[in-house]
Amino acid sequence: MKLEVDSAKCTGCSICQLICALHHFKENNPKKAAIRIAKKFPAPGLFEIRVCNQCGYCEDICPQEAIYEEDEVYKINREKCTNCGICVDECPNNALFTHREVDVPIKCDLCGECIEYCPSGALSWSKDEKKEAVK
Amino acid sequence: MNGYGGKIIRINLSEGKVEKSDLDQKFAKEYIGGRGFIAKILYDKLPSGVDPLGPENKLIMATGPLSGVFWPSAAKVVFGTKSPLTGGYADSNMGGFLMAEMKYAGYDMIIFEGKAENPCYIFIDNDLVEIRDASKYWGKGALDVEKEMKEDLGEEFQIATIGPAGENLVKYANISHDFGRQAGRCGMGAVFGSKKLKAIAVRGTKSIKINNIEELVNISKSALRYIMNHDYFKRFKIYGTTDSTNLSLETGFFPTKNFRLDQDEKFKGLRPEFMREKIWVSDKACFACPLSCANYTYSKKYNVFVDGPEYETIAMFGGSCFLKDIEDVQYANYLCDNYGMDIISTAGTIAFAMECYEKGIINKKDTDGIELKFGNFDAVVKIIKKIAYKEGIGEFLSEGCRNMSEKIGKGSGKFAMHIKGLESSAHECRGLPAMLLSYMTSDIGAQHTRSWTIMHDLKLGRNSIEGRAELVKELQTVRPLMEMFGVCRFPWLEMKLDFENYVKAFNSVTGFNYSKDKLFKISERVWTLTRAFWVREVKDFGRNYDLPPERVYEPVPAGVTKGMHLTKDKVNQCLDEYYELRGWNSNGIPTEAKLKELSLKYVAEDLKKLGKI
Repeated sequence: MKLEVDSAKCTGCSICQLICALHHFKENNPKKAAIRIAKKFPAPGLFEIRVCNQCGYCEDICPQEAIYEEDEVYKINREKCTNCGICVDECPNNALFTHREVDVPIKCDLCGECIEYCPSGALSWSKDEKKEAVK
Repeated sequence: MNGYGGKIIRINLSEGKVEKSDLDQKFAKEYIGGRGFIAKILYDKLPSGVDPLGPENKLIMATGPLSGVFWPSAAKVVFGTKSPLTGGYADSNMGGFLMAEMKYAGYDMIIFEGKAENPCYIFIDNDLVEIRDASKYWGKGALDVEKEMKEDLGEEFQIATIGPAGENLVKYANISHDFGRQAGRCGMGAVFGSKKLKAIAVRGTKSIKINNIEELVNISKSALRYIMNHDYFKRFKIYGTTDSTNLSLETGFFPTKNFRLDQDEKFKGLRPEFMREKIWVSDKACFACPLSCANYTYSKKYNVFVDGPEYETIAMFGGSCFLKDIEDVQYANYLCDNYGMDIISTAGTIAFAMECYEKGIINKKDTDGIELKFGNFDAVVKIIKKIAYKEGIGEFLSEGCRNMSEKIGKGSGKFAMHIKGLESSAHECRGLPAMLLSYMTSDIGAQHTRSWTIMHDLKLGRNSIEGRAELVKELQTVRPLMEMFGVCRFPWLEMKLDFENYVKAFNSVTGFNYSKDKLFKISERVWTLTRAFWVREVKDFGRNYDLPPERVYEPVPAGVTKGMHLTKDKVNQCLDEYYELRGWNSNGIPTEAKLKELSLKYVAEDLKKLGKI
């Protein structure tokens, strides 16, 4: 299963970010979310959701071998990670994030919390492996 | 303190001084936040009789304990000041993302005082607060400056800014944020401009402390599920406030030609379905809002992007100024947004001038040669620009329709559609007695969001006034709490999310464990305090300031409400009942007993000294 993103439906409300940080950190702080929304205003007036599509590129390039795959989800080993930032800089989808209070990059673990409460249908589960998760 | 950022910033622009202090717990517990904080500070700390555009006036930005929190539509920051347009108490709120950013930076409130020598903006990045030079942004449009500042500082910064209208002290200039959210009413932007303050940029990355986070998450998730399953959810999400255009036209409260409603015009080109097809680009939400009521649009004809038009814009430029093409309305919307002026007051003032022109009270010599007729789009475009830069007739219009009618005379006061100096929002009230009473008794002037009673009026009978005073007082008690909590009213108003949910969320966040009744008492205290502010600031304040323009006593000439009108007796009877319920005397002044009951004994002493009670 993958997270399918339809940015055309996104309204930029940030409920996904709030839910994500509440689920993973038990904190009210969307700045700690593993999902972000880039806002293209005033023109063309659209939103672009940025979230990991589990492509695995970060596993390949991590010099500490701190990123590993488990059930098709790429995760960060907090023991091994030195927070060097290479995965954040190199992510082809710009979908890894940092926060000064968090000592490893923040990355989607496909928990699915955000999907349930997206009020606009911009996030959904996809069983179709051929589809790109992030367009 | 749970739910609060914990700090207040005081910025004295004359001295270039920034001071931070802790939020006082007693103050927070008694006045909650947002509008409550503003009412208390303006009454207690603003010296009586200051010039609203002088350095002594204060401008306050206040969030609430729910602003920035995981709660549906917890997206409001409130601006407050002594209004340059009305001379009385004023607050105006905006959605977007600024309130959340302020809280994540750790601030509940920012108080601006004094006047800078040169154009400046306030830069806030978590603990760092600086007054910075804004000369490169001065003179530029609000939308343009927001874009430029985001490019300069980073996308993550949330920006609030004024346009040229604010710099030029147009009395209804606004403060703009998120490319189309505004603190629109009462001239907040002019007060920014008078202090040479162009903008504020905020970034915060901290977490908001929550008293019981698991409880909050459960309540919020259930509120979100409730909203997303509501029958009206999908339609409101698509059309937002523009859905009111249909309701307004079908039930006859569209303010056609300066609220005259003298012809049965269907305005097919302004309908929400047509607008959606013709100019819609995306649905745009404020922070944590499932409703995304804003329609972001693009006009091919004028090549501009706009957040809107909303119902008020459609009804004021479309109905009141009689522009029947949605793209013309959208372009007028764009001009007002970029110049930074309140659309309701701008269009209301233009429509008033149009009626004066049509009646021959003013002529081409007065209008700089412009043919200021209803429906003349080119005239509207020219006049908007003249207002923003106070050129020629624009300077006269920049004062608002009350001041204009006082200068013009010749009976024009009868159709100057304002209350307390604030141009009326877009509801023609001759068949809406409770809505009229809402406008009359609103504590900032004729603004629709203080209590919106249309559905009640339609249900209870449009010619009866029974029970309306009670209804208005009740709504005016719930409503202010939304802006004290720092949330938008729409989940409660449009999705009927029960107020008990808000009480639970408030208590989960703060741990105050307040009952609904306790919150209502606080709300009544705040409402009474703002009334006392008017009594103190406006010498002859009383019942006369609550009375509507005489147009409401003339029968509606055409359309579905043809013949409807209210009599002076009925209007006064509504006020009598309302004052009695409020514990105010027959002139609308709070009584000593009521002030004491609300723990406002010191206010009673003030009003006694002034000879008001």
